[in-house]
Amino acid sequence: MNKPLRHVWLVVSVLFVLLFTSTTYFQVIAQERLNENPHNSRAIYNEYGRPRGPIVVDGSAIARSQESDDNYGYLRTYDPEPMYAPVTGYYSVVYGFTGIERSLNDTLSGEADELFYERVSAVLSGREATGAEVELTLDAEAQEAAWDALDGRRGSVVALDPETGAVLAMVSSPSFDPNQLASHDQAAVAESWTALNEDPDRPLTNRAIGGDLYPPGSAFKLVVAAAALETGDYTAETEIPGPGTYELPNSSSVMTNHAAGGTEPCGPDDTSTLADALRQSCNTSFAMLGIDIGEEQLHATAEEFGFESSMEIPLSVTPSTMGQDLDDAQLAQTSIGQYETRVTPLQMAMVASATANDGVVMEPQLVQEVRTSDLSTIAELTPQEAGQPLTASNAAQMRQMMVGVVEDGTGTAAAIDGVEVGGKTGTAEWGEDRAPHAWYVGYAQQDDRKIAVAVVVEEGGYGSRTAAPIARDVMEAVI
Amino acid sequence: MATIVSYTARPRRLLQALMLAFAVVIGVTAYGLVGLGRFGEVPEPLPGLAIGAVVVAIALQVAVMWRAPYADPVILPVVVLLNLLGIAMIESVHEANEVFGLRTSASADRQMLWTVLGVILCVGVIVTLRDHRRLRRYTWIFAVCGAVLLLMPLTPGIGSARNGSKIWIEIAGFSFQPAELAKIAFALFFAGYLVSRRDTLALAGPKVLGIHLPRWSDFGPILVAWAFAMAVLVLETDLGTSLMFFGLFVAMLYVATDRLSWLVIGAVMFLPPAVFVATQMTHVQTRITCWLDPLSSENFSACEQINQGLFGLANGGIAGTGLGEGRPDVVPHAESDYIFASFAEEMGMVGAFALLMLYLLLVQRAIRAAVGISDGFGTLLAAGLGFTLALQVFVVVGGVTRVIPLTGLTLPFLAAGGSSLVCNWIIVGILVRLSDAARRPAARQVPSGAPAPGPRTTQEVAS
Repeated sequence: MNKPLRHVWLVVSVLFVLLFTSTTYFQVIAQERLNENPHNSRAIYNEYGRPRGPIVVDGSAIARSQESDDNYGYLRTYDPEPMYAPVTGYYSVVYGFTGIERSLNDTLSGEADELFYERVSAVLSGREATGAEVELTLDAEAQEAAWDALDGRRGSVVALDPETGAVLAMVSSPSFDPNQLASHDQAAVAESWTALNEDPDRPLTNRAIGGDLYPPGSAFKLVVAAAALETGDYTAETEIPGPGTYELPNSSSVMTNHAAGGTEPCGPDDTSTLADALRQSCNTSFAMLGIDIGEEQLHATAEEFGFESSMEIPLSVTPSTMGQDLDDAQLAQTSIGQYETRVTPLQMAMVASATANDGVVMEPQLVQEVRTSDLSTIAELTPQEAGQPLTASNAAQMRQMMVGVVEDGTGTAAAIDGVEVGGKTGTAEWGEDRAPHAWYVGYAQQDDRKIAVAVVVEEGGYGSRTAAPIARDVMEAVI
Repeated sequence: MATIVSYTARPRRLLQALMLAFAVVIGVTAYGLVGLGRFGEVPEPLPGLAIGAVVVAIALQVAVMWRAPYADPVILPVVVLLNLLGIAMIESVHEANEVFGLRTSASADRQMLWTVLGVILCVGVIVTLRDHRRLRRYTWIFAVCGAVLLLMPLTPGIGSARNGSKIWIEIAGFSFQPAELAKIAFALFFAGYLVSRRDTLALAGPKVLGIHLPRWSDFGPILVAWAFAMAVLVLETDLGTSLMFFGLFVAMLYVATDRLSWLVIGAVMFLPPAVFVATQMTHVQTRITCWLDPLSSENFSACEQINQGLFGLANGGIAGTGLGEGRPDVVPHAESDYIFASFAEEMGMVGAFALLMLYLLLVQRAIRAAVGISDGFGTLLAAGLGFTLALQVFVVVGGVTRVIPLTGLTLPFLAAGGSSLVCNWIIVGILVRLSDAARRPAARQVPSGAPAPGPRTTQEVAS
């Protein structure tokens, strides 16, 4: 009976080979696919069962994992709560995660490829593997100044270091308490979630970079002025027409020279220098200037500033736009930051930063450094050029004109004693019977310290009155 | 029969003792690691378990030295290790349930009690069953016993249905799966019956289309047994058990008669009832759907168990999460039907392979005993029991890893469940007895005319 016994053994071997194969398949080959399956709750349990790296601003953790005595093992806590929430995002067991928590999830959870050796050494030494620490570029004082200055009004403040692209402040108001969403009490989380989503002020939106795009109003004149200088046909002293009213080409609409229907011409004989037009924020001057330099040049300059391109800073930034295939009337509207022009505050801060950095726009970045739990650095901010909309000399002319605005124009409220401050206000109309959005876009520099700022206050009225003082507070905090 | 098998007649009891000690150390350590992994402290029952495991090992060692000195030294250590690993794993699932509260499962304490009972029965078999050939006398009694056991779950009053299968009986608060005991009874019946009829089965029948068919008088009882197993399949909706019986029946028939063509006939006979069940019973239809496509969104909730098991396997990866550090509690029945997934999650592919190797080793020892034993009854019995064990592992692990549709069988020695554990320990007792018979010097098969056994060689030749 030995031959059949051998065959039985053969059958057994084949069966076991099948088992070895299938086990290998599911544990090794299909492992990643299964782990990424959206139905796989283990992935979530694993996430929460491990301490996540902290998110740090100026040396203190604004988001950290604390041991909890429940199913999950660790609770994510945020302090101070709402001020940094649009940046950190939330880390919810129910609703997933957003902000830096999402963009740098692999790093914070320790799953990133760069942390491979860290994981291995944790296994070998028997330590508990922890995620990496992420230090943000934010300046706590600037952030606080911006948060306090906005004082709960709907709006946003972005401050950049023009030379590195480091984001010094990013505030979106109103904000929310991420602890409410990170809680492990699912019923309470669901309640907060509903309340936050139903809030007409949309506190979950990061107004600085996305979701909400604003018409920039007169602040966009900076882009038009830059485009004009770049054509080579204009300097700050070039005389340009600026009548009290301007009937838009092929249209019955009439543009008034100033907000709220003011029809004073820009200068004697309806003309002024470019610098003067910017200082007084003359609408007709820039409408005619925009038509003169043309859509193509305007687009080219705007795109160098970063318009029309999506950025990961590493948060995703909604691209700012200025419309396509514009006729002259639309181009005139576009040139004063209306019509289809829609921008993020970050984009406007980039416009200001280019003027302060000799015409070069740096990639905005939020992450200063990534460190492992034993404090060795695995990634650091490396400044990168995003574009050069202006030559250095044109940038100098821009600064000169912007200083004029602050010293003797619409932006006087942003002035700081003993500091070079240049900027541009904006009062952006956006809806029938709604107060316009107030804008301020500008820079400040003293010695080696530079800062570029963009402020928007929704329905804040005049930029000169509402937005400029906020910008001053933020700049003062840094300079 | 041109078989020359010469065994070392050394009992190798010291080797067995060392391996038993090794198995106890590994198994008890695993249990300790589960507690350390889950709670960061050595579990309280650890000393008790360690003492119990040592006592069990000594009892087995003594029983073997006393009554089966030539038994295969590998069988018992492998089984003890599997059993202890099972206890550790059941405890891990229980503790995960305690911590995370998704479900509830019993602690490993019950399994420990069942283990003790199983070992007592195993020792009982080794001590009282001096010669396995005595079992041949009760061939027809075993047939009746097997039939009665198999029918018990269908009896009103004591039968109870769980998860769509009526395979349990409940008497006085204790539940039991009689199919496990029926498996032993049928193996004994088949071995006894086939060994007495194998010549007439193979030779004395009409020849149709080049295939030797057996006489009705010889084949009748086998057909009845087959029909019986199939009836159970249909009436109790227990795909796993009927597959196991069918495999047992076909394998033993093949070993007894060496007729490959009959395997084909056997497979053909299995098809109609299998197709009937697959198309007519929703319970089985779901299982087939979940075998083919469990992960799609429309099937996901219906196939939750198999999916969570697969996620568990993936979570384990190559090296595993570590004992007491996985989330086996996410899988329904993680301590019984799905213990393989739990094990593979916490011990990884490496651990799963080791586990499969242990089973393979055990099957190999059984078949080795079948080869070495001198009487046909013993050969058939060892081969049948060994093959059933392999088939059972295949059906369970194959179900979890989607080689075949999932059926409700338990992994021998590992899964939580008294009936399976106790019955498998009885089988181990029989296997120890059979291997003793296979390796005992007097039982060695010596070619006629050969001189009396001279110096022992360790080499074996099977042709």
